[in-house]
Amino acid sequence: MHPAYSVIFFTVSSGAGLGLLAFMGLGPFTFGGETSDMIWAAFILGFAMAVGGLISSTFHLGHPERAWRAMTQWRSSWLSREGVIAVAALIVAAIFAALWLLLDLSSALLGIVTTILAMLTVWATGMIYAQIKAVDLWHRWLTPVCYLLFSLAGGITLFIFIHAVFTGKAGYELSSMAMVMLLVAWAVKMFWWMGADRAPTSTPESATGLGHLGKVRLLEKPHTGSNYLQREMGFQIARKHARKLRLIALVLGAVAPILLILLAIPAPLDVLWLGLAVISHLAGMLVERWLFFAEARHAVMNYY
Amino acid sequence: MTQLPETTERKLGLVIDLDTCVGCHACVISCKEWNTGGYGAPLADTDAYGSDPSGTFLNRVHTFEVKPADKPAMVTHFPKSCLHCEDAPCVTVCPTGASFKRSEDGIVLVHEDHCIGCGLCAWACPYGAREMDAVEKVMKKCTLCVDRIYNENIPEEDRVPSCVRTCPAGARHFGDIGDPDSDVSKLVAERGGFDLMPEQGTKPVNKYLPPRPKQQMSDDLDEPVNLAALAEPTANGGFLGWLDNALERLG
Repeated sequence: MHPAYSVIFFTVSSGAGLGLLAFMGLGPFTFGGETSDMIWAAFILGFAMAVGGLISSTFHLGHPERAWRAMTQWRSSWLSREGVIAVAALIVAAIFAALWLLLDLSSALLGIVTTILAMLTVWATGMIYAQIKAVDLWHRWLTPVCYLLFSLAGGITLFIFIHAVFTGKAGYELSSMAMVMLLVAWAVKMFWWMGADRAPTSTPESATGLGHLGKVRLLEKPHTGSNYLQREMGFQIARKHARKLRLIALVLGAVAPILLILLAIPAPLDVLWLGLAVISHLAGMLVERWLFFAEARHAVMNYY
Repeated sequence: MTQLPETTERKLGLVIDLDTCVGCHACVISCKEWNTGGYGAPLADTDAYGSDPSGTFLNRVHTFEVKPADKPAMVTHFPKSCLHCEDAPCVTVCPTGASFKRSEDGIVLVHEDHCIGCGLCAWACPYGAREMDAVEKVMKKCTLCVDRIYNENIPEEDRVPSCVRTCPAGARHFGDIGDPDSDVSKLVAERGGFDLMPEQGTKPVNKYLPPRPKQQMSDDLDEPVNLAALAEPTANGGFLGWLDNALERLG
């Protein structure tokens, strides 16, 4: 599948931003109470990444001016559900943040609802891909699970960085949580990759219905040039380098951030290490997301 | 509304005969000609006279080679357009309601003024029946020539999809596949019509008829047929015919 940069940026940025907002929703139960510069910074970064990503997702639309219509078909469409839940999550999170930041009121109820809606948004993003039966690689329950875990891991990693910037230390418990989340998320992702080599659901034989006669292969394409289907579904560059790129994603997204967080726990340069951990994790996520599209094989390619 | 109708009153669709199709692409061209001027946005071509021409088509003809284990390979021309699936995944994924399946005749259509051009429906379709128009940025697909089949301003024999009307080989048939007594349903039953990618669970309405088995090769015959002799001129009937036969009998 063609990896559209606006969608890659959207899923990585919104995923981490919503993860951070989901983490802030748990604030009233953990570090809640008085407002502080740290709380301000965490909310600003969370909203900026979540909203920035959502806006960039409209850049790949043919008609962004009609994007509001995408809120209407939540009964059947996961893309529509994602839009509806994202708006609900941002509105609830904004009320939650405003009460906390302006009135020193950290509402446990609004916090929980913020966390749930932020996570549901990310789940809906994963389901947009998981619902597509024509792409074997995506059509699995683990797909939205990966999206959810990456979002939480990214959110916590962002938070410990902000925590270090404002308090001067990463915090042992927060750092441990971040490392566990990173480990779990990438372990599930590796499990997801292991399923990538199963036999395809559809073959040129089933696509043409001629399998009972013998082996089927394309003799002539329908046209001499390329077409939309080939450009959109026929992206093949990644498969050649898939193994190397997976390793790069894993090192940038998991190994390096965990080592950097470990470095930050005792060291005085924790802000630097954690800043690098955030950058490395997000870079790893961009590679992972690019591969998510580029590696996926669409059933229509059985005709080409 | 992107929820699919429980049932449709009719299941209008195409039956495509892979035995008869000669791969001439006339259906591709007539489809483009009719639909670029008819329903909705025109079907754009980009760089049409340049080095990388590309265009939007609602119907395309592929050509496959089928290689049986113990026989020579055979060539099958394979026209492909929207199959107007009963369980159309392209419709349910649409976030705007632009894609819909009509409850009266089962035709899957796009309301182009509501399409945001997100491309998700094209991803959801395993058959590649939908193409985003490069100029209008809306999704285009086969309408089963909805502006012909009910059109009382054109002669009755033209009230079939453009591809069906054009096919010089009679390889494309149009009708109600939901009615077991329709000509198309009888044809499907008689010839063993099948679904494409049934494992995708889309329940396509359009059916394909398989190529008929090829005749046995001449090594099954006692002696080779002298094809040249068959081409000799013969006189049929009349005095010359009698004379020809009489001389033949003399040896």
